Amino acid sequence: MPGTTEARTVGSTTRDAARAVSRAASAGWTSLRWYVRQVMGDDAYRTYVAHERSAHPDREPMGEREFWREHYAEQDRNPGSRCC
Amino acid sequence: MTDEIVPDPALPPTAVPAEDLKPRWTWQKIALWAAIALLGGVAWVMIALVRGETINAIWFVFASVCTYLIGYRFYSKVIERYITRPDDRRATPAETREDGKDFVPTDRRVLFGHHFAAIAGAGPLVGPVLAAQMGYLPGTIWIIVGVVLAGAVQDYTVLFFSMRRGGRTIGQMAREELGRIGGVAAIVASLLIMIIIVAILALVVVNALGESPWGVFSVSMTIPIALFMGVYLRYLRPGKITEVSLIGFVLLLAAIIGGGMVADTAWGAEFFHLDRTTIAVGVIVYGFVAAVLPVWLLLAPRDYLSTFMKVGVILVLAGAVVIVRPEISVPAVSEFAGSETGPVVAGNLWPFLFVTIACGALSGFHALISSGTTPKLVEKERQTRFIGYGGMLMESFVAIMALVAAISIDRGVYFAMNSSAAATGGTIEGAVAFVNSLGLTGVNLTPDVLSTLAAQVGEPSIVSRTGGAPTLALGLAHIMHQLVGGTAMMGFWYHFAIMFEALFILTAVDAGTRVARFMLQDTIGNVAPRFKDMSWRPGVWICTAIMVAGWGTILYLGVTDPLGGINTFFPLFGIANQLLAAIALAVVLAIVAKRGRAYWTWLWIVAVPLAFTALITIWASFEKIFSDVPQVGYWAQHRAFKDALAAGETSFGTAPDVAAMEAVVRNTFVQGTLSIVFVVLSIIVIVASVVVTLKAFRTGGGENHEDAPVASRRFAPAGLFASAKEKRIEKQWADAGLRETTGAGHH
Repeated sequence: MPGTTEARTVGSTTRDAARAVSRAASAGWTSLRWYVRQVMGDDAYRTYVAHERSAHPDREPMGEREFWREHYAEQDRNPGSRCC
Repeated sequence: MTDEIVPDPALPPTAVPAEDLKPRWTWQKIALWAAIALLGGVAWVMIALVRGETINAIWFVFASVCTYLIGYRFYSKVIERYITRPDDRRATPAETREDGKDFVPTDRRVLFGHHFAAIAGAGPLVGPVLAAQMGYLPGTIWIIVGVVLAGAVQDYTVLFFSMRRGGRTIGQMAREELGRIGGVAAIVASLLIMIIIVAILALVVVNALGESPWGVFSVSMTIPIALFMGVYLRYLRPGKITEVSLIGFVLLLAAIIGGGMVADTAWGAEFFHLDRTTIAVGVIVYGFVAAVLPVWLLLAPRDYLSTFMKVGVILVLAGAVVIVRPEISVPAVSEFAGSETGPVVAGNLWPFLFVTIACGALSGFHALISSGTTPKLVEKERQTRFIGYGGMLMESFVAIMALVAAISIDRGVYFAMNSSAAATGGTIEGAVAFVNSLGLTGVNLTPDVLSTLAAQVGEPSIVSRTGGAPTLALGLAHIMHQLVGGTAMMGFWYHFAIMFEALFILTAVDAGTRVARFMLQDTIGNVAPRFKDMSWRPGVWICTAIMVAGWGTILYLGVTDPLGGINTFFPLFGIANQLLAAIALAVVLAIVAKRGRAYWTWLWIVAVPLAFTALITIWASFEKIFSDVPQVGYWAQHRAFKDALAAGETSFGTAPDVAAMEAVVRNTFVQGTLSIVFVVLSIIVIVASVVVTLKAFRTGGGENHEDAPVASRRFAPAGLFASAKEKRIEKQWADAGLRETTGAGHH
C-alpha cells in the first residue's frame, strides 16, 4: 500500500528531524551551560583540583569549602579593580 | 629571541606555522568583505550626509558593526604583525606558572567574557548620553573611529605586553620602563584618578536616586540581597555561583517591582523620599563599611549580580534597538557643538567632546584590567588580539547603544533632564521656560510632556535628573515599552536600568576604594612597615577612611554645588580617565621603541593615539585652568565669585546667597587645583616616555624586560572560531590523546 509507505517515510523524516533538532538543542544547552558556568566561575574548584592532581599528586588538595574561603580571602588581601 | 624556542619534537605543533598565517584571498572572501565595507559605507552616508527629518537607529548598528569588523580584521592584524608580534610557540604565564588559581590557561571565549565583564561599567553608558547635547554625529564618529584607532589599540597592547611580563600591572611596568620619576608620577596619578573617578560615579548614582522613592527602595534592597547571596555561598552551597546569581536576579526583579508598589503608598513615598545630600552621606558611609567588610559577604556576590545584569541588559538593549528600530529626530550636529555654554556640559566640541565620551572610545581605566588579571589567564599569545582588541570593540558597541537610547527621546525632554537645577529651578515650569529659551530648532516643550513622562516612569519629577543615568533609563524605557508591556511597563524598565547602573557603580565604588586603600597602605608601608601588613585591621581602617574621605569630600561638593554638580565635575572625570589612557599609551610607546629598529616604522600606531589623547586632555585641562569664560574655566569662575564677594554682593549668577557663593569659590578651587595636579603629573609621565623613546632611537633599542621565552606545550585557536588549519592541529592533539579539545565537551 503506497499510502502507508509514504506515511511511514514522512513520519520517519519528521522523527529524524525532531531528533536532530533535539540533539542540536541539547548540544546548544550543554555549551551554554558550560559557558555560563565558566564565565561566572562555578568551575574554579574543579579546575584547581584537576591542576593539583596532575601537577602535585603528592599533596592533598584543599577541600571545596576551604578552597572558596581561601579564594575570597585572597581577594581581600589583593583587591582588584572594577571599571568605571 | 624567537630562535631560542625549541619546541618538543614529541608534541604535535604548538603553533600554526608562520607561512600558513598569511591569508589566502578567495573570491568569496573578497566579496564578503566588499559587502561589509559597502553596507558600512552606506550606513555612514545615511548617518553623516543624508539630512532627512529623522534617521532610523538601525543605521547606527550597521555603521558601527561594519566598522568594527573591518577594524578587527584589518587594523588589529596590522598591529599584530608590526607591533606585538605574538608567537604561539612561546608559553604564556598561564602555562609556565600554572597554579590552578591565579594562573590558569583559560578558554579564549571564556576569557573574552571575563575580560569584557571586567572592563564594561557605567562609564560608556554615561559619557555618550552627556555628549548627545552636541548632536549625534560627533559622538558617533568618535566612539567608532576612536575605538578602532585608540581605545582597542591601548587595551590590546597593554594586555599583550603585560602578558609578556608575567601579568605585571601598568604601574609596575611604568616604573620599570620609564624610570623612577616617570614611574612615581604614574602611580600617584593613578591613585588620584581612582579617587576622582569613584567620586564622580557616586555622584551619578546620587543624582539618579535623589528624590526617587522607587529608586532608593530597589537599590537599597540590593544590599540585603547581596548579603543573602554571600551567606548562601559561604555556608549553604559553596561554589554554586550561577545558581545563587539566578536567585539573586529573581530577587532583584522582585525588588524593582516591589519598589513601584512601595513608592505608591503614602508611607513608602515619604520614608524613601530622600534628598541628594542625605543619599550622598549614605553612599559615603556605605562605601566605608563595604570596603572593610570581607569580600565574600558583599563585594563578591554583588559582582556576580552585576555581571549577570550587565550581560542581560546589554543584550536586551541591543536586541531592542534592532527590533524596534526607533526613529531619531535629534539633529546630527546641534547648536551646542560650536558653543562653549551648553547646559549639559560646558565647553566646545574641541576638546570637550572627547573628554566627555571617554570610556566608550578610549578608557584609561582598562589599562588596569588589561594588566594584572586577564594576562595571567591567556592560554596562547595570539589570542590577545581577540580578547583585548575584540573586547574593547564590544564596549564601544555598548556606548553606541547608550547614545542611541539617549537620542531616541524627545530633545526638549533631554535638555529638561540634563540641565542643572541651577538653570531650571528644579520645577516643571522652570524647565519648560529654560529649555524653550535655548532657541533649539524643532523643540517646543510643554509642561504636560514632562509630568506625563514622570508619571509613566513612576518618578515625582524628571526635571534636572542630571548625570546621564536617568536619561539612559528613560531612553531604555522608551525603546523597551514599544516591545514589551506598553506604557504600563515604562516604570519597570526605567527602574530596571537605574538598578543596573547603580549596581555597577556601587561595585566600582567598593572595589575602587579597596584598590586605592591598598595602594596607600603600600606607600605608607615604606615609612611605617606595619601598614604593609594587609591583615592588620587598624591599618586597613585608617587607610580606607582616608580614601573614603577623599572621594567623599568631592562627592559632597558635587552634590551641594550651586552651579549644578555634574556639569562642573564631569569634565574632571573624563580628563582623569583620558590622562590615564595617555599614561598607559606612553608606557607602551617606550616598550615598543625599546624592542628595536624593526618596530620603529610602525611606532605611529601607538604614537598617534598617544599624541591625540595627550593633546585633547592637556588642551581640555588648560581650558579648565586658563579659560576666561566662567562656565569653562574653573579659575575664571573662582575669580568671578571671589570678586563678587569682595564687592559685598549677596547673590551672584545662580548662587542665591553668600553661603552658595562661598561654596562656588571653594569648589572651583578644588576643581582647579585637581586639574593642575593631573595635567602636571601626566606631562611628567609623557615626557619621561618620550625621553626613553628618543634614547631608544639613539641606542638602537633598549633593555628587554620580558620574561625569558619558554617553549609552549599546548595548542588552542587564536580567534572566536577555529580556522581550518587550527582545526587540523587540534585534531592532531586529540589523536595523540594529549589533550581534550576545548569547548563544550570539556567536562
